[in-house]
Amino acid sequence: MPASPVIPEAVSNVACPFCGLVCDDLEVSTAAGRVTVQANGCALALAAFERGNSDGGTGPRIDGVPASLADAAATAARLLLGSRLPVIGGLATDVEGARAAGRLADRLGGVLDHMNSATFLRNTMVLQDSGWIATTLSEVRNRADLLIVAGGDVVSRFPRFFERCIANGDTLFGEGRTCDVIFLGPGVPAGSTIPGIVPTVIPCDVTQLAAAFGLLRALLAGRPVQAESAAGMPLATWRALVERMKVARYGVMAWAAGDFPFPHAELTVQSLCELVKELNLEGRFSGLPLGGSDGDITADAVHLWQTGFGSRTSFGQGIPENDAYHHSTARLLARGEADVLVWISSLNEARTPPPTSIPTIVLGCTGMAFEREPAVFIPVGTPGLDHAGHLFRTDRVVALPLQQLRPSTLPSVADVLAAIHAALEES
Amino acid sequence: MLLKLKGGRVYDPANGVDGEIRDLYVRDGQIASTPAPDERIDREYDLGGRVVMAGAIDMHTHIGGGKMNIARAMLPEDHRGDPVARTAITRASCGHAAPGTFATGYRYAEMGYTACFEPAILPVNARQAHLEMGDTPMVDKGGYVMLGSDDFLLRLMAAGEDQKLINDYVAWTLQATHCIGIKVVNPGGISAFKFNQRTMQLDEAHPFYGVTPRDILRVLSRAVHELGVPHPLHVHSSNLGVPGNVDTTLGTIRASEGLPIHLTHIQFHSYGTEGDRKFSSAAARVAEAVNSTPNASCDVGQVLFGQTVTASADSMSQQRNSGFANPPKYVVMDIECDAGCGVVPFKYRDRNFVNALQWAVGLEIFLLVNDPWRVFLTTDHPNGAPFTTYPHLIRLLMDRTFRNERLGLIHPDAQALTTVGSIDREYSLYEIAILTRAAPAKLLGLADLGHLAPGARADITVYRNDPDRERMFSAPEYVFKDGDVVVRDGKVVKVTWGRYHRVQPEYDHGIERRLKDHFDRYQTMRADHMRITPDEMHAFGHGADVVTHPCRR
Repeated sequence: MPASPVIPEAVSNVACPFCGLVCDDLEVSTAAGRVTVQANGCALALAAFERGNSDGGTGPRIDGVPASLADAAATAARLLLGSRLPVIGGLATDVEGARAAGRLADRLGGVLDHMNSATFLRNTMVLQDSGWIATTLSEVRNRADLLIVAGGDVVSRFPRFFERCIANGDTLFGEGRTCDVIFLGPGVPAGSTIPGIVPTVIPCDVTQLAAAFGLLRALLAGRPVQAESAAGMPLATWRALVERMKVARYGVMAWAAGDFPFPHAELTVQSLCELVKELNLEGRFSGLPLGGSDGDITADAVHLWQTGFGSRTSFGQGIPENDAYHHSTARLLARGEADVLVWISSLNEARTPPPTSIPTIVLGCTGMAFEREPAVFIPVGTPGLDHAGHLFRTDRVVALPLQQLRPSTLPSVADVLAAIHAALEES
Repeated sequence: MLLKLKGGRVYDPANGVDGEIRDLYVRDGQIASTPAPDERIDREYDLGGRVVMAGAIDMHTHIGGGKMNIARAMLPEDHRGDPVARTAITRASCGHAAPGTFATGYRYAEMGYTACFEPAILPVNARQAHLEMGDTPMVDKGGYVMLGSDDFLLRLMAAGEDQKLINDYVAWTLQATHCIGIKVVNPGGISAFKFNQRTMQLDEAHPFYGVTPRDILRVLSRAVHELGVPHPLHVHSSNLGVPGNVDTTLGTIRASEGLPIHLTHIQFHSYGTEGDRKFSSAAARVAEAVNSTPNASCDVGQVLFGQTVTASADSMSQQRNSGFANPPKYVVMDIECDAGCGVVPFKYRDRNFVNALQWAVGLEIFLLVNDPWRVFLTTDHPNGAPFTTYPHLIRLLMDRTFRNERLGLIHPDAQALTTVGSIDREYSLYEIAILTRAAPAKLLGLADLGHLAPGARADITVYRNDPDRERMFSAPEYVFKDGDVVVRDGKVVKVTWGRYHRVQPEYDHGIERRLKDHFDRYQTMRADHMRITPDEMHAFGHGADVVTHPCRR
């Protein structure tokens, strides 16, 4: 259970857990237990902190019937002890919750799989096959003179990215830095703008970006090129782009794997990364993978360091076995291989468990609504709101401390998993 | 609880004990003096014929932090081939070159190691490093925090700020990150690489700030000295892996201007340009420089043959080496105006001329540095080889016949260029105990580790005295951690979490205003969040004690 520290009415330097940027400069008012973002909040943060004010009141349930936390944990433990292959999915939690989930999966011989695996595995597969050259947010903020955004608009997933990393004029290396911004794809949604930035949009077909990157690589290497267009844009466009990339002092190519929702998108990411590598033969250019929302990089990082493998790892044979195909929650549920689902979702009440007929244990936000009542529902606090915790940022480098902002009786994911673990040991 | 470890052959160089048959007593986790005759002994271990040493200390091993987790993410093939199955007391984990933290802790303990020091903690990544070390069971931990390519320091230096202010910044960094030493990697070079510079010479001006690597070495070694931090500045020199880098290395030794300096993985910095291939051993020159410079120490970073992965903050060098990646994949990162990193898998082969000569260069350093208190046994895990190769390395040092057999297997041109075969020296058990116990504890200022006098922590390793030193050092009969048997016959029998070691030098808090202004203006996190709290350390380390070692001034 979280302690009840004295929470000041105005809190500065609050870290926000609701996207992978984990901005840590929010100013928050907590008067009367109501958390309101006063400054430096984006639309996502405002909405998420506000949602937190309206929930509360729900307690644990067993088959829809109110129960104590101890009984709910004991029931969960009984279900898990009877399971041959439990899936510990969702995993939208903080470092502490991810550590506890790893321990439980090890104890039970279960599977660990994050709700965003399908997305971020597009990047992991590239790391495993060829690697990349990458940079982090503060480097972009101070050094970038060219930013290319591949695939999406960034703003809707990471609202303050441009404000924090591009639009500032004051950098380590002089004031008045300018950074050209180029979108490959639709660009910002119609009607919206990015303050202080006039981007160039190359409205190419995102599903064909791999071909465009291939063409750029050929042009960069000075190889003869037969194609007259790529991804729906003429050769001249790509030729001009590669010339711009070559003269960048510190170019950055950003992408969010979530913006590549088509089969074998890892090959698009790979061709992007290989292009960036080749630009470094002469100059400096870096990739910037944007992710980390719903705690995906956090859970992946914790399980990587503990066991050697990240998401989609099974402990069913007593050793960690990673398989992006076999150990996906969706496949294990569809094939009937899993027999109990533990769904962890403490950051966004809209991320509910996938439909399944097997017994489901949900550690979820209090306001979570279900199409089918789970066998066990244990409402948990949101890290950075109801209790302290840690979350990794998109760059896999910075882990930020989250703090408790309101009095709360809600247990953390780590607390609940510890209670289930204790109940397992007692049985 | 009073234990008696009876009749073992004790090697305790810190106290001048060289293989004497002795009884040791352990009370409440510490080595105790001989009890009164009427005191009840709770448990007696008959160690007749056994070799007894303090628990071993690895003073340079990459066990935690961002670059190791990138290495883990990159190497599923490394992990599939080397699983660690769960038991009733231990967790499932895996990995050969880049093992998970659980596998790391168990394997170190099973080799008789009881303390490990992570040598490259980026300040912005310190929280992750401590989380990973916190999840590393069995052993004590500590880390060296990296400065020298961070824009805050380079700006202070470029502005000609007073050494006192730099000392405050260094002390603040140590306090905020709970580390025990300061590391510098390719001084200024990681920053220069961000400006597209590909090499950095000792007296070359940084492309933006104008300061030289020599300037950086001077101010940092002075800061460490003036703050009284026991461990000398821990230096990964410029020009790692470059043929002819011996001149840089000798210049680096001089750059501390008489202050203590530790040169790490010096094997990778001891290359000449002689011979048809313009690649030769300069180990003799480097060893001579170490021998004649009492303020210098080094660890070797021995290369041993097989698959591994190189993981370094030296993004400039790793970019240069990326073409040698095996398997062909690599990651290079610029990180937060703080540092960088590069991860490049490597397969060292005995039939490859360069790799074979690297192997020989490391052994030459070991055999030609006279003072075993100033040369440390490392492979720069995992850069030269995984730490699990240490027993093999110890045999190479202790057994000349074995060494020469191995020498006969390497690339013939490398054989022809090395003096290893003509060196008769064999390390004694006493000397091995210096390299792996007494000297690291002394160099790091760990008063109660690395020896067996009353008051020391009861971290004790007991080996069967096997003439095959590789077998002997692979699987100790007993390992005691804080007085408890944690390993029996090379297998973990009890899981513990060790302790953290750090220093906390004082500083003028005025530096915090400047840091806040710098972070607010330029960085994407708040300066306050760089600071890791005592509560965090406690939680990261599963409640492990955090020990603060004194600074001398």
